[in-house]
Amino acid sequence: MTFNRLARIYALESKYEFLKLMRLPIYVIFTLTFPVMFYVFFGLLMGRDAPPGRISMATYLLGTYGTFGIIGVALFGFGVGIAVERGLGWLQLKRASPMPPMAYLCSRLVVCALFSAMLLTVLFTIGITFGNVRMPLGQWALLSLTLIAGTIPFCTMGLAIGNLANPNSAPAVINVLYLPMAFCSGLWIPLQFLPDFLRHLAPFFPAYHLSQIALRVMHAPAEGSILTHWEALAGFTILFTGIAWLGNRREQEKMYG
Amino acid sequence: MDRHMIIAELKGVTKRYGAIVALRDADLQIRPGELLALLGPNGAGKTTAVKLLLRLLKPTSGEVHVIERERIGAMLQVAKVPETLRVREHIHLFSSYYPAPLPLKDVIAAAGLAALENRLFGELSGGQKQRVLFALAICGNPELLFLDEPTAGLDAEARRVLWTHIRSFVAGGGSVLLTTHYLEEADALADRILVINRGRMIAEGTPTQLKARSASKKIRCETRLDAAALEAIDGVSGVARDNHRFEILTSSPETVLRELLARDQTISGLEVASSSLEEAFLSITETDNAATEVLR
Repeated sequence: MTFNRLARIYALESKYEFLKLMRLPIYVIFTLTFPVMFYVFFGLLMGRDAPPGRISMATYLLGTYGTFGIIGVALFGFGVGIAVERGLGWLQLKRASPMPPMAYLCSRLVVCALFSAMLLTVLFTIGITFGNVRMPLGQWALLSLTLIAGTIPFCTMGLAIGNLANPNSAPAVINVLYLPMAFCSGLWIPLQFLPDFLRHLAPFFPAYHLSQIALRVMHAPAEGSILTHWEALAGFTILFTGIAWLGNRREQEKMYG
Repeated sequence: MDRHMIIAELKGVTKRYGAIVALRDADLQIRPGELLALLGPNGAGKTTAVKLLLRLLKPTSGEVHVIERERIGAMLQVAKVPETLRVREHIHLFSSYYPAPLPLKDVIAAAGLAALENRLFGELSGGQKQRVLFALAICGNPELLFLDEPTAGLDAEARRVLWTHIRSFVAGGGSVLLTTHYLEEADALADRILVINRGRMIAEGTPTQLKARSASKKIRCETRLDAAALEAIDGVSGVARDNHRFEILTSSPETVLRELLARDQTISGLEVASSSLEEAFLSITETDNAATEVLR
């Protein structure tokens, strides 16, 4: 296959994956609207008088709700999308065609990055305008890149769920993992305000590590070093990829018809 | 037969899923330009055979030979297709997978989708959805088409429309493997029928050959004899009652008629007819089921 033709397939696959999700109200509401709503509520309306450390609540929570938001984009895009397309036969039809298998996964990664960028743009604009959050331009850019790169472990987590969960239960499975993980990782309420046992539990969740990196980039109070957190995220990525691979293998074995 | 004349083949293929044997020592060959129907009841192993030929599954044993993916199109049973893409967009994306796809306009025409290009998939009727899946199967200009139960769940009208498009594909020189549990469909479309039951290929031939093979005839008449008495006659393989009329199935109509006329002088409304493909099919699969029972 020539490079041009291959590039064209990847581009079209990404374009239509984007259009497909963009026209799906439930996806847009879950992934774009909710994090913004939560940030406005907790970060702007409620958090005026309780700044942890030297920075405002609006700044601190912009980092954690940014993390919360991109995790949702990744988990729902990969998890629900793949569970449905795999479970109800669509993926199989694509695999019967000469589509390069990596095009399917890469297009989802690209679309995940696009939706994350859209979400962060909205969130940051609100933070700057209504929360009076101020950072140098380079820091904004670094924060955005960090969070977009940070979607990768959650894309693999979504892939693992998508390969294991059945199409009807996948959204429930994701919510059951996503929301408690977000809370226990200090994404909704800063870790400092959580009970001690939850603070000790937090490092077992990948969301904790990404949010701590984001906070470090923002020069907000955070635990541990950036490098350690990236290492932890790399570990989770390998773990989830392994689970996704096992799920895919199990699928091949039981497929019957 | 010339080996080069076969474009897809299963050779002594067995496929197990754990304890279940979906396909047992199956042989199947598709020749260029023919429509081969794989006919069998639900759960017979038809879809497994298609998935093996599409290399979506690996055989437990045996050999699978098939031309490369770029020359193949497939229509599988898909419970849910992404609904928020337009017909034109679905076809555009699938066309990009193939080295020399058909122009969009031709695909739209060949699948009877004119005026539907800009509809979202979710807005289409059942028959229209199946025609979009057919369009995705042919958009790469394939030489070989796999159609797995393409008309399942469609009404008679929608089924006939899809048949027309399948026939045009074959008329254009393409080869097709079609699976179906509708005899009418196999009879209407196929050059050759392969009957599959419980994972084994149990009969093969043209629709006419298969009808002849079972060689059974139907005798219809009104008689004073009851069903039990009719079944007791030598050579009768089945009796059905339709109001006052009886339908007697037999492979030796002459003997049965002689006996019938001797036992009942008042017999009337006598008719002898060839059985349909459906009855041929039932007799083939029932004989097979009975044979399997005996073996157990």
